[in-house]
Amino acid sequence: MNQDIYVIVEHLRGQVAEISYVMLAGARELAKGSGGSVVAVLLGHNAQGLAGNPSAGSGQCLAADKVLSLEHPALAEFTSDAYQKALAGLIGKDQPRVVIFGSTSIGTDIASTLSVRLGLPLVSSCRTFSSDGKFVSQICGGKIMAEGVLPGPTALVTMVPGGYKAEQGQSTQSPAVTQVEVPALESLRVTLASYIEPEAGDVDIAKEPILVSVGRGIQNQDNIQLAEDLAQALGGVVCGTRPVIDQDWLATSRLVGKSGKHVKPKIYLALGISGAPEHAEAITDSGAIIAINTDPAAPIFNIAKYGAEMDIFDLIEVLTAQVKAAKGG
Amino acid sequence: MNIIILAKLVPDLVEELTIDPSGVALDMAWLRLIINEFDDHAIEQGILLKERGGGQVTVIAPDVEGVDDLLFTAAAKGADRLIKIAGDFAGGVNNHALARAFAAVVKELQPDLVLTGVQANNDLDGSVGPLLAGCLEMPYVGYVSGITLNDGKSKARKEYPGGLIAEMEVALPAVIGIQAAEQPPRYIAVSKVRQMMKTSAIEERAASELDPSGGAAISRMFQAEAGQRATMVTGNADEVAAKLVGIFKELGVL
Amino acid sequence: MPERIDYWGIPTTWGSPALYVYFFMALACILLAVRFYQRARLWWRVGRQEVRWDRLHVRLGRVIKYAIVQEKVLSQKYPGIMHLGLAWGFFMFFLGTALATINSHFIKILQGNTYLIYKFVLDTFTVFFLIGAAMAAYRRFIQRPRRLTLKPGFVWSLVLVVVIVLGGLLTESLRLAVERPEWAIWSPAGWLVAQAWIATGASDATLTNWHLGIWIFHLLTVGLMLATLPVGTLLHILTGPLNVFFSKLDRPTGRLAPIPETAKHEPIYASTLNGLTWKQLLDGDACTECGRCQDACPAFTAGTPLSPKQVILSIRDALRQDGSTLVGGNGQSSILVGKRIKDEILWSCTTCGACVRECPVLIEHVDAIVDMRRYLVIEGRMDAELQGALENLGRYGNSFGQSERMRARWTQPIQPPIKDARREPVEYLWFVGDYASYSPTLTDITIKTAEVFRKTGLDIGILYDAERNAGNDVRRVGEEGLFEMLAEKNAAALSKCTYQVIVTTDPHTYNTLKNEYPANGDERRPVLHYAELLDQLITAGKLKFSKKLGYKVTYHDPCYLGRYNGVYDAPRRIIQATGCELVEMPRHGDRSFCCGAGGGRIWMTEGEIQERPSESRIREAVKLDDVTTFVVACPKDVTMFRDAVKTTGNEQRLEVKDLIELVHAAL
Repeated sequence: MNQDIYVIVEHLRGQVAEISYVMLAGARELAKGSGGSVVAVLLGHNAQGLAGNPSAGSGQCLAADKVLSLEHPALAEFTSDAYQKALAGLIGKDQPRVVIFGSTSIGTDIASTLSVRLGLPLVSSCRTFSSDGKFVSQICGGKIMAEGVLPGPTALVTMVPGGYKAEQGQSTQSPAVTQVEVPALESLRVTLASYIEPEAGDVDIAKEPILVSVGRGIQNQDNIQLAEDLAQALGGVVCGTRPVIDQDWLATSRLVGKSGKHVKPKIYLALGISGAPEHAEAITDSGAIIAINTDPAAPIFNIAKYGAEMDIFDLIEVLTAQVKAAKGG
Repeated sequence: MNIIILAKLVPDLVEELTIDPSGVALDMAWLRLIINEFDDHAIEQGILLKERGGGQVTVIAPDVEGVDDLLFTAAAKGADRLIKIAGDFAGGVNNHALARAFAAVVKELQPDLVLTGVQANNDLDGSVGPLLAGCLEMPYVGYVSGITLNDGKSKARKEYPGGLIAEMEVALPAVIGIQAAEQPPRYIAVSKVRQMMKTSAIEERAASELDPSGGAAISRMFQAEAGQRATMVTGNADEVAAKLVGIFKELGVL
Repeated sequence: MPERIDYWGIPTTWGSPALYVYFFMALACILLAVRFYQRARLWWRVGRQEVRWDRLHVRLGRVIKYAIVQEKVLSQKYPGIMHLGLAWGFFMFFLGTALATINSHFIKILQGNTYLIYKFVLDTFTVFFLIGAAMAAYRRFIQRPRRLTLKPGFVWSLVLVVVIVLGGLLTESLRLAVERPEWAIWSPAGWLVAQAWIATGASDATLTNWHLGIWIFHLLTVGLMLATLPVGTLLHILTGPLNVFFSKLDRPTGRLAPIPETAKHEPIYASTLNGLTWKQLLDGDACTECGRCQDACPAFTAGTPLSPKQVILSIRDALRQDGSTLVGGNGQSSILVGKRIKDEILWSCTTCGACVRECPVLIEHVDAIVDMRRYLVIEGRMDAELQGALENLGRYGNSFGQSERMRARWTQPIQPPIKDARREPVEYLWFVGDYASYSPTLTDITIKTAEVFRKTGLDIGILYDAERNAGNDVRRVGEEGLFEMLAEKNAAALSKCTYQVIVTTDPHTYNTLKNEYPANGDERRPVLHYAELLDQLITAGKLKFSKKLGYKVTYHDPCYLGRYNGVYDAPRRIIQATGCELVEMPRHGDRSFCCGAGGGRIWMTEGEIQERPSESRIREAVKLDDVTTFVVACPKDVTMFRDAVKTTGNEQRLEVKDLIELVHAAL
């Protein structure tokens, strides 16, 4: 049993996911109070290098006091069964103060199962922590917050982005890496068959400086044209939230959100988008978010720089016309 | 193929959410409970699998307000068996308790596949799916948006950010957390649901005491503060558009 | 003495001509009867049961009005006169032949002056007929209007009937040319043509031979016409009047029939021919392919795949192709919906009723379309937007997806607060409706409505959160179960209230509350649209205007207020009372052209269209010189037309105002 804060680093195909840095930032906060170290747990195969290379110059080393590396061929790519089994051993043995998982496709596959398997309490959707061992989680589409004290002696948590910036979890120094023995990983019930690349799409919205984004409020496929017209006038590109892509009104390559792309345009024009966390987390790095929505209580207005409480259909065409006029066209 | 789908009802975010006098939970008085959107997708996926490959679909849900409608609607879509778990759900239960209650029933039914929504909007202590997998010691894969079944083996399409998909082979029996069904949940006419009310029966199982251990202890629940709210632009369409054009110029995009 | 001579100029050497005639005609009539029966039996063998035998006297009245006087055909002048010439000509010839038969065998009536009048009338109608035929030929070959089916079959029918009538004229003229009676002038047409024969200088014998030849030919062509009538385009002569006779009597236009059930109380859906009633199958055979419904249809004009004419003809064609196998009990029903009639076609209908209004043979297109939509709904075959709207209606009682607690949010700024009809008795219960309550752009008008009611001193209350969508369009979309659920909730709320009259803002609400909601207790309390109420108040002197607005306006009759419920004058009187000058739209009154929002269309994806009905209507309005205001009396109209004014670029030219806004301004 120790007072360390463990962070289960997430990586996919050789890239450390941004959530890992956010988790490290949160872990740092907790470690201040617990008096333990921030320990990055890195599972993989030949993955030690992910801890960070200071000479690469990007300053993107894991901001951890040390790294525990669990190496095994079965851990090369994430699969829930292998990772869960490997971590059960580690956590069961070390019993750290807190284990932080990402509230992601990777983290949520294993956190809950480990909670039951190890009999450890689990708090999910945490945004921030405080050094006195408190957590603040968000639920109900980001409308409600819940605060509490992390139960002891060991607590599992899943973290959502938004509470800390990635930079806060990065450092210029690469931490020391310690190998940890991995239990035998046999008769794995989940195996990776293949990866399927996303459709290339004609545009990479993650690289576009101007994005006109539509949500449920666009109502139907025909109205997408209005957004296209505006995007064209502005010299930008149309993208959308999950409901829009699920209806096939826009290609998957245009999805902005947790399961889609994270974008950082100069301006992000959010039309008829409520701003649910899964979407919000993917746009907070935008230069300026401008939101149009009829609901003044929509969470999007909490992350937007500018907003207008009106019906997008009253505004779009007028705006397109004025933009064209301003461009002298 | 014996498929079980677990569904729960969650607060409808359309309504205004308020905190009850205790300060640690949502005020249930004004809450409307609706089916968890992801569980709705799980039901759709389960029905699709049955339509493609045959089998039996059982839907299980906790006995709270609105559960009958949920179950009869599932029956109208093609579910064969409807079970509701009776227990003291009035104050709200955490997912650990719910998962254990489900586990008792699921174990008895010995399914090949358990589907449930990958998350719900009121999850504070993990999600029902992977918790249940832990209770039953079944493998779990979440964020799945497509499943194929082939003699005792299943292939799940797991979603990662950026549109990347991982095809996972999952040995059955397993629990799968559904992000989206292969097609949006179908529409069921009200008359069909009403017809099901007459022709289908919901089995009731009593939950043995609900054990919430493993959950989070909340000391305070509150409405998210606006924080730094956006600068609002007002006026009619022309005025707002003009101001936005001004903002675009300031930001250097025009 | 003038009298009719039977079989003039027909030799008796081969036996009595009467025998040949009767034998041949009997044969032709048997063929007619048999073939007609073969067609007709499909209606009741394939189609569902329906009672349409009641109130014979009313039905006969309709036959006279629509099948004989042909009032609806006359609603368009050129084809009206044309068809009257043809049809009445035929009625007269038929009558004439009947009289001649009675004359031969029973009573000799055709003699003396009676005979002369008889000849004169027949000749006059021959001329009318030929004029009609000429008009028809011109129409079919030169004018070629789009709504007609320009197929050879129709030409053959026209040729056949013209040949028959000419045959009659020629035989008459040949006889007159030989006999040259003094009273020949009583057959002016015949006598005119006779001059030509006389001019040829042919001998009497020759003329008589020609007469015989043409007479035989005439007999043959009549026989041909009778024998081919059931399989050709002339079938409408029988099916048209039949269709009129069996037209809908049991319910007002604004009420749909409930979903039919089998003996075991299982619902019957119209996915196949078996699901339609025998009357709906008769509709198919009664269709004359005139296409007036198509011309009036806003969905067709917009370029959607819907043509009401084609829907009816699809039913007919399906029956013709598959009818006999279905009757033979060959199990496999002919799937209508999705195959011959694609889903998209059914979903394009706005249920405006223009097609029904236009149809000269009283075909009920809207009922058939709704019946088929009911099947689509049960199968869940609809676009995502409509699904979303229906789910919202089911969960929240409104299509906007907003909480029912927000329904009365528009009342917040109103002081003193509007009475809560759930808590206290009121005289007028104002059923506000979804759009007026929830649509942010319409709240303004709803508030003005409230102010008008207050200023007029009316004792008014609303249901606040207990009100739900009344369900008119839910029903027309085909979601009968949801309609029942909404109606139950509304009826339950209403039953707890004490009121004298229901007032509605929205014509759709008006239609269903008035025509489709079950009666409250023993008396049906009146349901009024606000236009009717205000009109009553103006007439009673209780509503006075302080200003004369002096606008030049035009008025758009909402489908569910005008065409469905006959309320045309009240809004016009109100417009006049506010001191505005009304210039009628070219298509006004029961010819009003739908805005395109009805039948649930406002909840659906627009799809591929060429021109929105609302835009077409605005373009129609701007052609009226100096008209600056487009007045409507329905919240959906306000929404649709304001958009259309923008998208057609007419914002400087035309302003859309609800009638209540005029009233408010003039108070």
